[in-house]
Amino acid sequence: MSRYIATRAIRGANLIVAEAERMLKEAIAELGPDTPVKFTNTAYYLPVILAFTGREVSKLGDLVPVIEDAKRILHPIPGDKLWLPYLGETLDCGMATLLAEEAIEGIRFARGLEPQPITWEGSYIPSTSFTSPDMEAQAGKRLNGPIDDIQLRAWGIQLVDGRMPGFAAIVGCAKSNEVAVQIVRELQQRNILVFLCGNVNGRSIIHQLMEEGVEMGYDTYIIPFGTDTIAAIYPLGFAARSALTFGGLKPGQAREILLYNKYRVFAFVLALGEVDDLKYATAAGAINYGFPTIADTVIPQILPTGVTTYEHVISMPFDDIEGKDDLERAKKLVQRCIEVRGVKIKITEVPIPVPYGSAFEGERVRKADMRVEFGGKYSRCFEYLKMSDFDAVEDGKITVVGPGFEDVPPEGSMDMGIVVEVAGRKMQEDFEPVLERQIHYFINGASGIQHIGQRDIAWIRISKAAAEKGFKLEHFGKILYARFHGDFGAIVDKVQVTIYTDKAKMEEWLAKAREAYDRRNRRLADMTDESVEEFYSCTLCQSFAPNHVCVVSPERLGLCGAYNWLDCKASHQINPTGPNQPIRKGTCEDPVYGIFSGVNEFVYQHSHQSVQQVSMYSIMVNPMTACGCFECIAMVIPEANGIMVVSREDPSMTPAGMTFSTLAGMAGGGLQTPGVMGHGKYYLTSKKFISADGGFKRVVWMSSFLKETMAEELKAVAEREGDPDLIDKIADERVATTVDELLPYLEEKGHPALTMPPLF
Amino acid sequence: MTDQKSIDPAVCDLLEICESEGISTAFDRAEQMKPCPIGSKGACCKNCAMGPCRLTKEGQVGICGATIDTVAARNFARMVAAGSAAHSDHGRDMALTLLAAATGHAPDYKIRDVRKLYEVASFLDVKTDGRPVNDIAKEVAEKALIEFGRQQGNIIYLQRAPRKRQQIWQNLGIAPRGIDREVVDIMHRTHAGNDQDYKSLLMSSLRTALADGWGGSMLSTDITDILFGSPVPLAARANMGNLSEDQVNIVVHGHEPTLSEMILVAVNDPEMIEYAKSKGAKGINLTGICCTANETLMRQGVPTIGNFLSQELAIATGAIDLMVVDIQCIMQALAPLTKQFHTLLVTTSAKAHIDGVTHIEFDEHRALEIAKNIVKMGIDNFVNRGDVHIPKDIDQMVVGFSHEYINYALGGFYRGSFRPLNDAVIQGRLRGVAGVVGCNNARTCQDAAHTYIVRELIKNDVLVVMTGCGAIACAKYGFLSPEAAQYAGPGLREICEAVGIPPVLHMGSCVDNTRILTVLSQMATEGGLGEDIADIPGVGFAPEWMSEKAISIGCYFVGSGVYTIFGSESPVANSPAVVRFMSEGWEEHVGGKLEFIPDPEEAVRKALEHIDKKRAALGLVEYDPTRYGQSGDALMLKLLEKVEEGTLNLYSAKL
Repeated sequence: MSRYIATRAIRGANLIVAEAERMLKEAIAELGPDTPVKFTNTAYYLPVILAFTGREVSKLGDLVPVIEDAKRILHPIPGDKLWLPYLGETLDCGMATLLAEEAIEGIRFARGLEPQPITWEGSYIPSTSFTSPDMEAQAGKRLNGPIDDIQLRAWGIQLVDGRMPGFAAIVGCAKSNEVAVQIVRELQQRNILVFLCGNVNGRSIIHQLMEEGVEMGYDTYIIPFGTDTIAAIYPLGFAARSALTFGGLKPGQAREILLYNKYRVFAFVLALGEVDDLKYATAAGAINYGFPTIADTVIPQILPTGVTTYEHVISMPFDDIEGKDDLERAKKLVQRCIEVRGVKIKITEVPIPVPYGSAFEGERVRKADMRVEFGGKYSRCFEYLKMSDFDAVEDGKITVVGPGFEDVPPEGSMDMGIVVEVAGRKMQEDFEPVLERQIHYFINGASGIQHIGQRDIAWIRISKAAAEKGFKLEHFGKILYARFHGDFGAIVDKVQVTIYTDKAKMEEWLAKAREAYDRRNRRLADMTDESVEEFYSCTLCQSFAPNHVCVVSPERLGLCGAYNWLDCKASHQINPTGPNQPIRKGTCEDPVYGIFSGVNEFVYQHSHQSVQQVSMYSIMVNPMTACGCFECIAMVIPEANGIMVVSREDPSMTPAGMTFSTLAGMAGGGLQTPGVMGHGKYYLTSKKFISADGGFKRVVWMSSFLKETMAEELKAVAEREGDPDLIDKIADERVATTVDELLPYLEEKGHPALTMPPLF
Repeated sequence: MTDQKSIDPAVCDLLEICESEGISTAFDRAEQMKPCPIGSKGACCKNCAMGPCRLTKEGQVGICGATIDTVAARNFARMVAAGSAAHSDHGRDMALTLLAAATGHAPDYKIRDVRKLYEVASFLDVKTDGRPVNDIAKEVAEKALIEFGRQQGNIIYLQRAPRKRQQIWQNLGIAPRGIDREVVDIMHRTHAGNDQDYKSLLMSSLRTALADGWGGSMLSTDITDILFGSPVPLAARANMGNLSEDQVNIVVHGHEPTLSEMILVAVNDPEMIEYAKSKGAKGINLTGICCTANETLMRQGVPTIGNFLSQELAIATGAIDLMVVDIQCIMQALAPLTKQFHTLLVTTSAKAHIDGVTHIEFDEHRALEIAKNIVKMGIDNFVNRGDVHIPKDIDQMVVGFSHEYINYALGGFYRGSFRPLNDAVIQGRLRGVAGVVGCNNARTCQDAAHTYIVRELIKNDVLVVMTGCGAIACAKYGFLSPEAAQYAGPGLREICEAVGIPPVLHMGSCVDNTRILTVLSQMATEGGLGEDIADIPGVGFAPEWMSEKAISIGCYFVGSGVYTIFGSESPVANSPAVVRFMSEGWEEHVGGKLEFIPDPEEAVRKALEHIDKKRAALGLVEYDPTRYGQSGDALMLKLLEKVEEGTLNLYSAKL
């Protein structure tokens, strides 16, 4: 601290705690102590309060002891002379501030004032398919409010695989709109989550970005929480939940949760514009997490380290930053933020005329903003990656065979095929699909380009803005060339890209591609757990869930859906000391349950002795643990003698009496809970899907989302199981959200689980 | 240094009065009587009746054949034993008080720090779950008392040291067994015709000192905190100006807080205050001297009027109505001196009578009653006060840096740890750390060496912790105030500004040097500064030492791995072999060494060399003060002046 900052932070803390107390008294008097207090879609109550005090706040009356907690850790302002030490005291006041701020947001929720309504010219349409339907948000009338659990988990995998290195909590208002956009773009390019809140004299960076038409939402990594400082509690609640969700920590383990954040969540506060008492107090709270503050104005610096990994408070007066213009200054400001927090970033320079980074992956190109599209309803598009002989590939050669899109009318479409030929001493044919699937992520990283689907159902759009900046077909090649070398340099030595728009050539290659797709399908489908000697581990998520080990076999893919056995094998080749290690199966101790001595040994060792045995094929006996990134959760419904499967996308209530997000708390964190299991979607289609417990026929309830998006695959499973109408016999949230509704449905449809041997 | 007797203006002022009135003080007696040239070098052996033998020539031996080396080492060992005995016996009394308090036999005492009790219980393997506080306290007291009489195994608290340090003690066979046993061991060992190998004598001395540092003293600190509360920072005042012209002045002096805490209760008793007023006083003013002062200073903010050499001068103010003393460092000279003034001197410890002085024996079972009696005697004496001469000097300080609080200060309730301190040393903001402790010594100018060394250390970015009379010395010149950060080097100043601390931390009384051991252990285990106390870039000083307790303290720091520098001439100077072994020999064995360096400039130079040597051994960046100092409020405050001019641009720091 500095005495200047300590004085202001402590003053701010005392004021906000008093304010929270006053608001609470009024709210209780007006609405009654039993009025519910609830953040949207979370099982973590008010997460900061839960994490640091262990208190489960669900109604206004529950906040009374929280305010008392906050008051207990308040301290007086240090004197002008002969002052007493203030660092520890200021940090405690920071915690009191966070408790008070979250209490205030809770009260606002109780009053229906949160998420904050948009009362100015502007709208926020979260560009996401993940969140639960919210008509007001859809209509753009309110800001984001707290991040829901589903999104928290969805970001988990990106946080651990480095696609998302950390988050920036921006508080205040940038010097100009131009600077605001530049700062956000710089962060996006580095795939850093951008959390927005606060204002300076009523004007917030949220207003600035709305005025500039910047797309905000989960998919663009830019979340507008609220236009006051108090909304900064939402990113801090997100951080607290990440420790609870992925760190296996328990509510009330305040110190451990804060240290987890210091060491694993790379976040910082960027204070734009004047810093007032409440901002200092909130920043003091953030420093407890190990999150430093960087200001673009003159404030006292706190350079010694310790509570944070690097400096605690940095002042980088914007006008004093060396640079030819404000844009360059903004760029340097962001660079400094990254240094101060020690955010690890892997950047591959991609030489294209538009900004590039994973943060742009989720960007949509709407029809009206579209210059041209490939694939979709009106044209064909495919992508195919093949391994070729070393001599047949000319590294860096990018060819466009056929015309560009210059002659296509605006908002029109044309056919295109992207063929990537790679060669490398360590390259194997097995890796082709793994690498090919990266095309989706790589192309999506360009700002103004949208990529959906894969193989011959790829669908690519180029926005007008991107085309105006000079984006051409050859740039697809440049992206792929740079990224394959950057990310897969260990196995790929040469990359050559050919883009076909010429009709005849395109069709010729499409045929070749389809042959390859077919061949690959058969090869993957033919592989069984018995046909290999090794499974693979995946400990990517151990930075978040330290005791969790995924065991990936040919017939059971990783629970996040991102890694199947071949992917792990490829990943191991690419990085032999990385998170995917071969596991010798060893002795098969039980072929039905899928218990292998080698697997047990590996898991015991790598779960830090917390998991002793894993059954690969059972939900009932020592099921595999989960980190929190699972696509689906399966849970036993004892009354139905079966299991239900709820998908991440499904926000509805389930017959288990819990939503996905509540269930996720039970399924995640590396804990073995018989009867509950996180898994990948495509495990449903495996012959080994809980085969020890009766297999797919045990599924009595399933999110309609799964039924619809996997209709073809599930139909094949039903046929394989000898019950072609099985999918129709499985209930979903449209017919049953309670056990009482479920059982009559199963009776009526004659679901096979009812007559299967008892699960218990 | 100069011929000046003291640099304390209040003391100098009073010395002039003493001189004019023909009052003799320790300062005068030191001038009149030079130290015995034989005894001061450790050349005299009077351990049997064949002597005393004085060994002044090279190769000379005593009647029994004892060599110069044996005699020097034996004398030194006995100093260690006496010092260790003094501290540890103090600790034993604290344990007995805790036991009496826990069993209801000392109703005036309560367990004030339950959290600390739990912590100590866990060290001593005392179960706490679901037990009443007094039950736990009773068992803690009993377990503590066992440590004094332990015959087998090792003192439990050794486990609080870094693992590597414990191993070193075990390997060398100097892990202390029982606290009392090690003192007895030295007394036996140094008896005529026993241990006559100086190396063995000196290694055993370390073991006895460790029994003090990691045993008696550490228990004393812990139990005192349990009974009276672990110190937290508070603002307080020092020096003679704290005596009052119109209130009853009662002064506590000595080392134990048991009685003084009760005196404090008594002086705040409205009945007592009324009584004082009935005698024409405006109230009752309590102040202290030496470490009893430190105890009540750091917990209750009772002002200190001086350190060891100030005790006679305080009487010479004529303003003290009653001085109550307990144990240790109480000059017998006070007895005749107080007779020259109206001051009433009261001894209270069964272990510290003074011929001709009123003795009211302290008994913890009737503590408050006794305290009130004593206070009442002081009030009654107010009317006898004659002319007073109270110097105006008052200095401000912040005290109360227990190791628990330092941990809190560096991160608060949730994030408290030693990480920021270690980081500061690792990065070179702090060149290192130093403990500057110990007494005053009438052979050297009072406070001069303390203040010189501390000023130089903080200027060189060395964070200083202090205890005892050394701490009071520096308090008198403002070094313990947070404003003193202006005298610190750029890196230390940054740390002071970040945490809000003075560059010199008051950690308690001389028995509380164990708090420094705890801090060093926590630094070693925090990571980044090696695995042992000996790896830390740090030094210990006792620039103005005089007591045997100081020797024991010095030795337990050496035994814990610290380079420790004492002022004044070496008490073993007669034996070059012993001098060498204490330096090179001990450093080779335990990592720490003891050297006597009378010249403070040389002492500082060698200390900084040692710190830099340890930094290099750890592979830390070379200390470079120019790299730091960018933190802080100065620029901001300068900029804010522009607000008044109406030209402030928040986006630029250019003035």
